[in-house]
Amino acid sequence: MVDVMTLGKKFEFLEHMADAYIAAYGKDLAEAFENAALAMFEVMTEVEEVSPEVEDYVEVAAEDECALLYSWLEALLVKSEINRMFYSKFKVLSLDETSDGFRLKAKIWGEKYNSKRHPHKVGVKAVTYHRMEIIKKPNRVTMRFILDI
Amino acid sequence: MSERGSRFPKEKVPLEKIDDYTWRIPKYKPGMRVPGIVFADKNLLEKMQTDRTLQQCTNVAHLPGIYKYSITLPDGHEGYGFPIGGVAATDYDEGVISPGGVGYDINCGVRLLTTNLSEQDIRPKLPQLTNAIFENVPCGLGSRRKDFQVTVHDLERLVMEGVQWVIDQGLGWSEDAEHCEEHGCMKNADPDKVSTTAKNRGLQQIGTLGSGNHFLEIQKVDKIYDAETAKTFGIEHEGQVTLMIHCGSRGFGHQVCSDYLRVMERAVHKYNIVLPDRELACAPGKSKEAEDYYQAMACAVNYAFANRQAIMHWVRQSFQQVFKEDPERFGLKLVYDVAHNIAKIENHKVNGEQRKVWVHRKGATRAFPPGRPEIPADYRAVGQPVLIPGSMGTSSWLLVGTEKAMQVSFGSTAHGAGRMLSRSAAKRRFWGGDVKKALEKRGMCVRAASSVVLAEEADLSYKNVDIVVEVSDKVGIATKVARFVPLAVVKG
Repeated sequence: MVDVMTLGKKFEFLEHMADAYIAAYGKDLAEAFENAALAMFEVMTEVEEVSPEVEDYVEVAAEDECALLYSWLEALLVKSEINRMFYSKFKVLSLDETSDGFRLKAKIWGEKYNSKRHPHKVGVKAVTYHRMEIIKKPNRVTMRFILDI
Repeated sequence: MSERGSRFPKEKVPLEKIDDYTWRIPKYKPGMRVPGIVFADKNLLEKMQTDRTLQQCTNVAHLPGIYKYSITLPDGHEGYGFPIGGVAATDYDEGVISPGGVGYDINCGVRLLTTNLSEQDIRPKLPQLTNAIFENVPCGLGSRRKDFQVTVHDLERLVMEGVQWVIDQGLGWSEDAEHCEEHGCMKNADPDKVSTTAKNRGLQQIGTLGSGNHFLEIQKVDKIYDAETAKTFGIEHEGQVTLMIHCGSRGFGHQVCSDYLRVMERAVHKYNIVLPDRELACAPGKSKEAEDYYQAMACAVNYAFANRQAIMHWVRQSFQQVFKEDPERFGLKLVYDVAHNIAKIENHKVNGEQRKVWVHRKGATRAFPPGRPEIPADYRAVGQPVLIPGSMGTSSWLLVGTEKAMQVSFGSTAHGAGRMLSRSAAKRRFWGGDVKKALEKRGMCVRAASSVVLAEEADLSYKNVDIVVEVSDKVGIATKVARFVPLAVVKG
């Protein structure tokens, strides 16, 4: 059964003692991946202040769907730190099952750090597997994961 | 809140009371190789029972080669795989090493500086000094100094040489390295074992404080409990001004951990290790995977030592800018620098026999007794300084290591306060601006890069560090030397 309380929400922050515990939603896996990324950047800054002016491309592969979520978020975190960018728009181009797992290709858009316009919230140290889960129901995918901050 | 249908229920963990501060988790599951031990008073224990701390303590007891018991310290709370505030020692040959037993922020740690100033000397200049530190030490997302940028080649030297490399660049005094755990450098560091991604993250963030619970505080000595030991460490009188720096290995260490969790996941399959949690991923101590991780981890340990060294230098510079005098005139001596997240090869007595072990300290502080060769010569007669920071705006502590710690906790004690309110609950309850005002009302100067961090890190969100320290002192795994309270807080 689809949880009606969460319909229309892209993501929400759940209760967790030390870190950021996130639930991301989507009508399918691809949309849930996009919203999971959005949630991670919302931890760091106000995503709506980040203009999607620079386009980039991300490709990740992993042995299972949880590992794919881990790798996807980590790839974005690494790009953010190394390119000094915040990202605010994500489009999954393809999400395929391969002989040894899964592969995700996506376009992402964002903007260079600009402390005048992008409020500092909290830096994300790492993605974790702790209590990570991907729940697939007809027309509804829920991802839950914890970011170490 | 939509946590319905989660496949991670909280389990009830059986406990046996040994005394008012010691609890035992019996070997109640078939996979447990040893029992668990929890050092806590009744209130701290009840807090642990509200999350998965004790369950994780139980899970750690499944690790191959684990000795004696899986230990949870008074500040224990739910982490990833391992609880935060825990110790696990495994046999060097037959046991395993696990990156999850160290954590993402490798060598997150603390350093303490003393000055020869009193509170009244510094009061008139306190706002200026706080501002100078906030300007000089990069805090918050993305900020960094233009005059401290390193090349990949520099970074490789830095992670091999630790504190000394930074001193050689002119950022520090020659005696600084001696007053760090490991003399500010683990010798087995090998940058070839570190990914390009980790190095690239490291290049961006060297010499930065970071955000979250990391902080820099100007403090004063509030109370001295052990005058003789305090004097040995340079703590002379109540009211004396000190400084505390709390940060870690930034994106460099986080990436090393993440990279090796993947390596260890494969190792778990390769060596047929059965584990109750994916994040306990580990490899046999003698394997190539273990050696590689230990060499990469040492790079991150050294990165964090170097990071705190650079930050300390800018603190000394800030004194020079504000008081227009040579910083040496104010003392500004490094008392000690300790790691809170680290794995070490150490020798410990187990069942009457000396054993070479991998000691995992995750949210735990080494607390070695007097006489140990690892302790700086000038402190060796009294024991190792143990630094336990509180949450923002509350007290922090200096303790000293003991023989008891060697007997019961593989030479370790607690590392901090541990959260009591979730970040989202803190944000609902507090607003950054109010938190700042409340601290200022108590006479503190506060500078923070993020208002959200101020709300999330509000002192009422944390357990009382004084109680954590009290338990450590009562159990005897590090005893009280002095308590500090903040005069100024700088946050990322």
